[in-house]
Amino acid sequence: MIIEIGHYALVLALATSLIVSILPVIGARRGDASMMALAPTGALVMFALVALSFGVLTWAYVVSDFSVMNVWENSHSLMPLIYKYSGVWGNHEGSMLLWLLILVFFSALVAVFGRNLPDTLRANVLAVQSWISAAFLLFILLTSNPFLRLDPAPAEGQDLNPVLQDFGLAVHPPLLYLGYVGFSVCFSFAVAALIEGRIDAAWARWVRPWTLAAWTFLTAGIAMGSYWAYYELGWGGWWFWDPVENASFMPWLAGTALLHSALVMEKREALKIWTVLLAIMTFSLSLLGTFLVRSGVLTSVHSFATDPTRGIFILSILAVFIGGAFALFAWRAPMLKAGGLFAPISREGSLVLNNLILTVATATVLTGTLYPLILETLTGEKISVGAPFFNMTFGLLMLPLLVAVPFGPMLAWKRGDLPGALQRLYVVAGLSLFAGLAFFYVQNGGPVMAIFGLMLGFWGMIGAIADLWYRGNFGKLKFSVAMRRLAGLPRSAFGTAIAHFGLGVTVLGIFAATSFGTETVVEMKPGASVDVGGYSMTFDGMRDAVGPNYTESRGHFAVRRGGVEVADIWSSKRLYTARRMPTTEAGILTFGLSQLYVSLGDPMEDGGIVVRIWWKPFILCIWGGCLIMMAGGFVSLSDRRLRVGAPSRRAKAAKPVLEAAE
Amino acid sequence: MGRGSSSQHGWVALVFALLLAFVLPLPAFAVNPDEVLPNPALEQRARNLSAQLRCMVCQNQSIDDSNAELARDLRVLVRERLTNGDTDQQVIDYVVSRYGEFVLLNPRFGAKTAILWATPLLLLLVGGIAILVFVRTRPSQKPLAALTPEEQARIDELLKK
Repeated sequence: MIIEIGHYALVLALATSLIVSILPVIGARRGDASMMALAPTGALVMFALVALSFGVLTWAYVVSDFSVMNVWENSHSLMPLIYKYSGVWGNHEGSMLLWLLILVFFSALVAVFGRNLPDTLRANVLAVQSWISAAFLLFILLTSNPFLRLDPAPAEGQDLNPVLQDFGLAVHPPLLYLGYVGFSVCFSFAVAALIEGRIDAAWARWVRPWTLAAWTFLTAGIAMGSYWAYYELGWGGWWFWDPVENASFMPWLAGTALLHSALVMEKREALKIWTVLLAIMTFSLSLLGTFLVRSGVLTSVHSFATDPTRGIFILSILAVFIGGAFALFAWRAPMLKAGGLFAPISREGSLVLNNLILTVATATVLTGTLYPLILETLTGEKISVGAPFFNMTFGLLMLPLLVAVPFGPMLAWKRGDLPGALQRLYVVAGLSLFAGLAFFYVQNGGPVMAIFGLMLGFWGMIGAIADLWYRGNFGKLKFSVAMRRLAGLPRSAFGTAIAHFGLGVTVLGIFAATSFGTETVVEMKPGASVDVGGYSMTFDGMRDAVGPNYTESRGHFAVRRGGVEVADIWSSKRLYTARRMPTTEAGILTFGLSQLYVSLGDPMEDGGIVVRIWWKPFILCIWGGCLIMMAGGFVSLSDRRLRVGAPSRRAKAAKPVLEAAE
Repeated sequence: MGRGSSSQHGWVALVFALLLAFVLPLPAFAVNPDEVLPNPALEQRARNLSAQLRCMVCQNQSIDDSNAELARDLRVLVRERLTNGDTDQQVIDYVVSRYGEFVLLNPRFGAKTAILWATPLLLLLVGGIAILVFVRTRPSQKPLAALTPEEQARIDELLKK
């Protein structure tokens, strides 16, 4: 009975979404306040219904109700409780429900926090959100219903895919979806602006916090996913240019561009049309990613779903929304007036460069991901586009961008002073060269070219600090005065500096880990030792152990430095009993920012076992940098200007003038 | 890496060398100790080549990453050819002749991959030109000349506050 309530709640949500899809738009046209008022109420009702439905499915997982097919297929009564919760979205149906839950969650947020939006804009935004909700509700109800029953109910479930039985599953998809789906708000704002045929700086000010929030979560989601793949797959790699990774990376790249162009629009009213287009493209890429992952058209390590009817359904959603939005854009965009002017060398100019490079990078990843698919469909020829292609093309594109990052914040709006910025950045360049050389020297060997990569990382980090340094005017003013100036800076300035610093940290981590890392593949018998990264590891032998739903064979390694035992590493091979599926659990030991990574290979006939050991110096910088970027996002989000209420009051006062100016 | 085709064009070569030197992740996951060649230089070449060849039975893994049987055979094959004195290019050509272009993770430039390779460059050009045209056609030289009456009104209003 409870299960049916969950199912029925989805049907009610669909009915609600249809109402909210249509009536508020009509209301906005006619200026009918009561019809427009349906939108926020409807959005809240939808959220309540979908949340109820999601709660029901979670309950079915927690109590292991195997009469529900979805639970039977993806759960096991002996599974630890946390995986019963996270297992809800560890499968196609459940993850679509989570997708939907987050979509209506964002609609509800707009309904609650958007009280200060103009009525027509809010009605239209929520209606567009509702179109998306309706499409995905239909998709779930017609092709991916998680509430289907089994009769008679089986006694035991088939267990969750062992790779997914990990803390990573609990965190990665919700964060990723918060990012992915968060961009739907930007999309809805863009479409609503096109429907109204009016757009101004106030619009950008409303859109920016949503973009920022979505971007921050997506950054966290991707970083989390990367770290999860790193420790779970046991290959020691952290980014594989897998199509599924690319699917989440493309919205991130486009979203990063959007974040920057919205800034120009908010501050200078320039790049309006481009910002709208970018908002549409970003969410289109989110939808495309959903299609790629959920339809199973790609053969990739992440793909768990293969059913063509679903693929065609999502493809139709994709075609309608992307096609519709672009058609609307082509029709209405010419009505939007171009805004402020600026010289090529200016803050705006640097942000345009940022947008150019990020957009081309997005397109490159997109082409590389889809090319084999399209070529095979058209000509039947099979080619591969893999990591070497992406490393080369994407890497080449990122080089100038990374070099340009510290310039942006140092140039003034409208017309920047390049010689002035250069003068300040000479110091930064000198410092990063010094830091790079010092780093290289301490590492004792490695490719000489690595110095350039290290420099690039330090350039980003020191450049961000220099930005704050010069804004406070340290060195020229008295320290206390400069500190006060620094404290007086808007939070968004700190957000920018922190995020750019984080980017530098990530770059540094990438170059340090790939240049100075070592790998050792050896056959070891109990008692044997091997030296890695300045540590000596002794293999102690294998022991058998039993977990709640698996058996494992654990290898124990004693780690010594200078003859003193400093730590233990356990690395194991597991067999999940329900699915008879083996997994490798890497043993990872962290020293500061570096890691020892031990993965077990095959046992040999003579009693030894193949052991792969990686020394990964400064590898944690890669994800640490992402965390710092995230922190930058949150700091910027807490800026007064973006806080709810503040923008609208100002905007209301400013609007008549802005309209007059158009 | 041994693919010499790109190394004759000045700074481009430098950038490529830079990238290839360390943007490529360290290859090396599934190689077993018994496969490793005694000659370290040759082994390094084998590793670099392996990272560019796809494991045909896996999903998006190079033969260097995969512990599948077929990947192992291919790794051994690459090492055999190298030991027999093949250049990197010859090894790649040989593997392609046996398994087709699908085996290459870095597709060759050709008629059917022209769009793939040209996309970044073309977009960069088109985007760059579009921006230039956009900047040029707008009267950006005299934006500071005079305030519009509306702007003046706004300033007056703000000053009054």
